[in-house]
Amino acid sequence: MLTLSILIPLLASLGLFVWSDGTKEKARLVALSASALSLLCLIVVWIGFNTGPEAPAFQSVAEVGWIDALGVAWRVGVDGMSLAISLMSGLLFLCAIAWPAETKGRARQYYGWFLFLQGVSLGLFLTLDLLVFYVFFDLTLVGMYFLICRWGHDQAEYAALKFFVYTLAGSLAILLAILGLVLANGTLSFDMRELIATQPLGGTDLRSSFVLFGFLVGFAIKTPLVPFHTWLPLAHVEAPGPASAVLAGVLLKMGTYGLVRIPFQMMRETFAAYAFPLAIVALVAILWGALVALGQTNLKRRIAYTSVNHMGYTVLGIAAAGAMIGSESVQTLALSGAVTEMVAHGFITGALFLIAGSFYSRTGTYDLARYGGLARVTPLLMAAYFLGAFASFGLPGLAGFVAEFQVFAGTFGVYPVLAAIGLIGLVVTAALFLMMGQQIFFGETRPEIAMVKDLKPAEIWPLSVLLAFVVLIGFVPGGLLDMIQTGSAFASFHSSVGQ
Amino acid sequence: MPLADILPEIAVLLTAVIIVLLASFLPRHLQWTNAPVALIGLAIAALLLFSQANGEARATFSGTYALDMASIEGRLLILFATAVTVLLSPRWFESDARHGEYYAMLLFSTLGAMVLAGALDLLLVLIGVLLSSATGYVLAAYHRDWALSVEAGMKYFLVGALANTALVLGATFMMGMLGGPGFSEMAAALAAGEASPLLLVGLGLVTMGMAYKLGAVPAHAWLPDVAEGAPAPSAAFLTVVPKIGAAIALARLVSLFPETDFAIRALVAALAVITMTLGNLAALWQEDMRRMLGWSSVSQAGYLLMAVTVTSLTDNAIPALVAFLFGYATANLTAFAAITHLRGRTDRSDYAGLLKTAPLPAIAIIVAFLSLVGIPPLGGFVGKLELFLATIDGGYVWLAIAALVNTVVSLVYYLRFVTPMVLRAPSESVLQLGSWSCVATTIALISVAAVGILAQFLIGPIGVSAFLPN
Repeated sequence: MLTLSILIPLLASLGLFVWSDGTKEKARLVALSASALSLLCLIVVWIGFNTGPEAPAFQSVAEVGWIDALGVAWRVGVDGMSLAISLMSGLLFLCAIAWPAETKGRARQYYGWFLFLQGVSLGLFLTLDLLVFYVFFDLTLVGMYFLICRWGHDQAEYAALKFFVYTLAGSLAILLAILGLVLANGTLSFDMRELIATQPLGGTDLRSSFVLFGFLVGFAIKTPLVPFHTWLPLAHVEAPGPASAVLAGVLLKMGTYGLVRIPFQMMRETFAAYAFPLAIVALVAILWGALVALGQTNLKRRIAYTSVNHMGYTVLGIAAAGAMIGSESVQTLALSGAVTEMVAHGFITGALFLIAGSFYSRTGTYDLARYGGLARVTPLLMAAYFLGAFASFGLPGLAGFVAEFQVFAGTFGVYPVLAAIGLIGLVVTAALFLMMGQQIFFGETRPEIAMVKDLKPAEIWPLSVLLAFVVLIGFVPGGLLDMIQTGSAFASFHSSVGQ
Repeated sequence: MPLADILPEIAVLLTAVIIVLLASFLPRHLQWTNAPVALIGLAIAALLLFSQANGEARATFSGTYALDMASIEGRLLILFATAVTVLLSPRWFESDARHGEYYAMLLFSTLGAMVLAGALDLLLVLIGVLLSSATGYVLAAYHRDWALSVEAGMKYFLVGALANTALVLGATFMMGMLGGPGFSEMAAALAAGEASPLLLVGLGLVTMGMAYKLGAVPAHAWLPDVAEGAPAPSAAFLTVVPKIGAAIALARLVSLFPETDFAIRALVAALAVITMTLGNLAALWQEDMRRMLGWSSVSQAGYLLMAVTVTSLTDNAIPALVAFLFGYATANLTAFAAITHLRGRTDRSDYAGLLKTAPLPAIAIIVAFLSLVGIPPLGGFVGKLELFLATIDGGYVWLAIAALVNTVVSLVYYLRFVTPMVLRAPSESVLQLGSWSCVATTIALISVAAVGILAQFLIGPIGVSAFLPN
């Protein structure tokens, strides 16, 4: 079932590439149905997902041999964390594909690349093989490169190149680290379950440190953490709206997901030893992202920098959970907050970037100075924006709050000082979203944008689905949290609680 | 004489002789029929090779010729690369009056590379190098009336004359110091004795001679010129086939030396880093597709030397070497096949909008480049993965890191050629070369993906087979 949810979009994308006489409408229909089918497969897995206390580490596991000589195989399976993130990704992809895009006369290829990205992103979250993980990690770069390159704005070529080079450097660092980790294990095997069980590298000797460092740098580039974040604003500004939504909502999660799945789970001792420096880097990212975002005059850049800020919360939570200090419940809280942040940030930022796309398609600019007084002209757009913005800076009752509350509550138990400083980030984000909202919607309506239209039905549907989940998670987080805390990623906490 | 053991080589040789005869009697408009003859000969040789692959590694002809999996897979790859080149040639050389003999030259050169892949004797290595070089000069300069082609041939010849002299001289020193040309007797002498200056000089000279065939520093200067100036099918052939044989031969030679006492591994590692860095930096701002590919081929030789460095230090070295050769050969062939199909167009600006005007060659070039960078699941990825694995396992972590940095750099120049194909508006209509090269491009393109996806069939047998002469 999991394999199907990866293969359906990939095959459909291949079909779109070779199908020579597909019109835009037909291509969109194919893309929508393939994306929905893939999501449906995930939902079936979700329905059968066991969140009870005896739940196995990974569920719905399947395995087919690939390169036996290297111990590489096609292995898929989910725990609560990967299932939650995949469901969010599947939904976000569906919404991004449904979004009325400017396809520049190449609709087939546009939807083809989107489906390709969906397939490889889901593959990354669902696989249980380190090498296949790396394969999908690299393929997302290729997909994103072509999306930015061909459907981006003015500086797309440069932005796409920078994105590709930066993240390829990161992914190669990960490859070396993966090999170092696998070679430390007695038998040559890329099976994640085996590596989690054997913990091939521990301690803080040179080799373990290097391997951990490789993972951290690689994932920090992808996440991105300061100082490796400079590719992100550029890529976001130049990418088309739906691609930005996917980039922020899904691709950034690969960094933090990988951080949890690989170094956090497979080399726990080494990770614990370096958790504090990582937490400090996360704190820098939180503050830096918030403050730099405040200084931006470009709508999309501003949202992009808040992503740096939010991913900082996630990494802070992961670092606090991995530090192996404080009680089990505090660590569970921190990690659960980090994973919830991934899911929530996917929905929230996905929605915000789609909204940014709506602005651009109406006015052709992201420059905040050109906006003003849109409240009367586009009330729906305003409602959507403020809902997303409130959720983003963590207003209670919305998804962001659930995540950030857990992250900070967990971190207080481990690194109280860092958590206290981190709270400044929340204040700054609140300020910047409110100021941006004022700038866009209130004040005098500028004559050159007075004629813009409000949201179209094709835009309302995806947005309301995403925002509905934001509200839903905010009000009834229990189901999501139960699911997230099931299985492999949280297993170490549960086992020690049980003792 | 166990003639049955060299039936594949005999098949290639006989086909070449038949072609020489046919070419002298056939009328000009029928010269192309030599191409199918060559293909049949190559196919027969490949079938004979398959029958040799029975899992056991043995030496034949008094221990001078290896029939192990490295030799068999290497020779299969050589035959495949030659077959693709043959497919590229009929339309390209259509107007050439001596078109038919080209195939004979190709097959003789193939034979030289095959001998290299199996050689367990320094004299046999010499014969392989000389046969492959002497025919290579002709292949590079086949357009006698075109200055660039003649220049390419000339440069190939001059560098080659120097490198081959060094090789012969070095081989003489080595044989003198170690008491014979056979690899197994050399290994025995090395295990007993210690390093003498003359032996080290000889070893250095031999390495330099092999570097010429590999296109590695210090004898790499011919590669960009050949890639740019030689007839496109010859460029495809010469940037791929001699490297396969030479890499395996050099790995066998390095494997003779004990891990310590001899600086050979450090020397090869240093050459590897210099080669990949130089090739990459030189490729960075090229405006000419074929020249860029020439320099990229230099840098790929650097990666190849990584596997040679750790030969016999880790079990992964030889699988890495062969996997990387397959990945590199298929990708490079695909790129040159597409260029040939586009009638040798080479200026970067001429590639604008190619994805729209000529989708097949454009996709072929893009996929080939992604494979050369090592993007999964293409062939180049498996090669690089194995390479990194072997280098780290063999204790040369810094070499793997150097390769990593170089890989990131290489992405820049490949993408410099990809972006105009994807982004820019097409300028003119594109002339293509017809069905022969179209088939060749398609086959090469499929092979790039197949090497990656079916890697198990490649690495599996070689991992369990011994690597002679050890």
